[in-house]
Amino acid sequence: MSVRVLVAKVGLDGHDRGVKVVARILRDAGMEVVYTGLFQTPESVATAAIQEDVDVVGLSMLSGAHLTLAPLVVAALRERGSAIPVVVGGIVPPSDVTALREAGVADVFGPGASAESIVASVAALAAETPQ
Amino acid sequence: MTTESFERWRHDYDAVRLRRPDFATMSGIPLEPVYGPGDGEFPGVYPYTRGIHASMYRTRLWTMRMFAGFGTALDTNRRFRDIIAAGGTGLSTAFDMPTLLGLDSDDPMALGEVGRCGVAIDTLSDVRDLFDGIDLGSITTSMTINAPAAIMLALFVANAESTGVPRARLGGTLQNDILKEYQAQKEFVFPPRPSMRLVRDTITFTAAEMPRWNAVSVSGYHIREAGSTAVEELAFTLANGFAYLELGRDAGLPVDAVAPRLSFFFNAHIDFFEEIAKYRAARRIWARWLRGHYGATDERSWQLRFHTQTAGVSLTAQQPENNIARTAIEALAGVLGGTQSLHTNSMDEALALPTEKAARIALRTQQIIAHETNVAHVADPLGGSYFVEELTDEVERQAEEIFAQILDMGSGSMLEGCIAGVESNWFQRRIAESAYILERSFNRGERIVIGANGFTEGNDDADLELLSITNDDERRQVERLGRVRASRDDAVVRRALDELATQAADPEVNLMPALIHAARAEVSVGEMMKTLAGVFGRYTEVPVL
Repeated sequence: MSVRVLVAKVGLDGHDRGVKVVARILRDAGMEVVYTGLFQTPESVATAAIQEDVDVVGLSMLSGAHLTLAPLVVAALRERGSAIPVVVGGIVPPSDVTALREAGVADVFGPGASAESIVASVAALAAETPQ
Repeated sequence: MTTESFERWRHDYDAVRLRRPDFATMSGIPLEPVYGPGDGEFPGVYPYTRGIHASMYRTRLWTMRMFAGFGTALDTNRRFRDIIAAGGTGLSTAFDMPTLLGLDSDDPMALGEVGRCGVAIDTLSDVRDLFDGIDLGSITTSMTINAPAAIMLALFVANAESTGVPRARLGGTLQNDILKEYQAQKEFVFPPRPSMRLVRDTITFTAAEMPRWNAVSVSGYHIREAGSTAVEELAFTLANGFAYLELGRDAGLPVDAVAPRLSFFFNAHIDFFEEIAKYRAARRIWARWLRGHYGATDERSWQLRFHTQTAGVSLTAQQPENNIARTAIEALAGVLGGTQSLHTNSMDEALALPTEKAARIALRTQQIIAHETNVAHVADPLGGSYFVEELTDEVERQAEEIFAQILDMGSGSMLEGCIAGVESNWFQRRIAESAYILERSFNRGERIVIGANGFTEGNDDADLELLSITNDDERRQVERLGRVRASRDDAVVRRALDELATQAADPEVNLMPALIHAARAEVSVGEMMKTLAGVFGRYTEVPVL
């Protein structure tokens, strides 16, 4: 069965170039990708991820709100009893990576991350996710 | 041999004041104001391929307009004063995400975003602090805001008038380009048609009452940043410009009353000559369409004026100091392309909002081009290059193909074609496709980006010091808003909002007076937007991949 990924935009950030390009890169790698569209809440992303039964959630964040919103998405999933890993891509300064990981984010892709590194990370996380 | 075009240019050039007595190379070789055959094209003369002014930068350099905004209005006011002190000649206001989407700072959806990407503006009190100590009658102010643009204009007018500057003296630009929000930047609130009604209201209001104000800055910048090609940026933007003209015309304004208050905003990406060809083609296309298709007779209507910003997407997080070089090359393209104003990005913007030092280096980059290189001595210095002329023609030809497609979608109307293209995701699909193709060429190594997929030695050097914006700003802004809410007369607020709702329901009414009235009553941006959404509805994009 192929890997299923939910890619999401949380909050008010309308920059959707990255999320769309990454969605196509994941599809090219044979994964099934669901895109939430813009302006989602942490709760709506968690609900969609569980309903769609995805292996990984990818958040695209370019407005600087990652430290506030990404941990809320992780928390919303865990509150619903889900262990689905969450990854973050976008404009994330290196100094914020540790804080994101401590908040339960499984991986972070900063500006310039290669397609291979994103695909490899998502595939590895999906393989670890308990079915 | 000389022609009418040359005679006209000579006449205009001789009539203007120059910023210095003579122009020569560093070694003393005297320079002509423009080069080319006497029977060729000249700057300041239709179709303006070579520039809109006869003397171009010999009379006045471009405006160094640095975009700034963060935290609360008090924080941004300090940055504005620094920019003016450092020699910046225009202000450009960046608003935070909640403000751009018409949400108050205490809205639950605003959590984590207040004051982060720009300044938070909720009420007239914030606008007062934002421009405190700055003479709005003498400096020009650009405000980058779209869905709530009419509301921000109302706040700006209300504030200026409360400090004694009449609206007729205010000079500046409202971005107010809602079409590109649906196409690219995605900061929309209402559905396209009521949004266009608000744009119409600002166009007719400023045409009647604010002679120094540009009602719309038709923006290709965001279309390009979202992933389009240079030709798509040019064609979609000019098509949107034609759509706003038709919007004004349909409201009873002559084309010559609308066109001179539209200005444009283009990206300066890293493909140097393609960018220069894009700016040259933009001027020529606009002139031809305005004079031919739209029948404008005022020469100012034919002249496309534009602001340029270097490409944020071209910056890398790796070896960020290299971004200074990228930005310098891009800025030079804007200048050689004849831009009227320029913003240069800071080296750290692939990682965060710029520090003061990084922003100063970006301004200094423009000043080096302006004062050290002598490139501003001669108008359109690349005009006549076989390469640049051919590329200009080709960019124009490809743009015309896109115009034909948009006109087709609108059954002969650019306005209807642009709205139809938004509603069917035609623009959004094309932009996403172009972004994907570019990214694929990067991932395959066909396109090398220094530090990202090539020449990575040095990527592990010490990190730059980055600007950090704490949640304290959010808390402070929410407190400020709370104090304003507590000090207002609720009955006055209620009546202003009721009146706004009543007027919004009648599409023939111009909403600007009701918005200015509400602004004076300290009604918040979020309250006005919610009231309008109650009448107009909200737009939800059907996402396409």
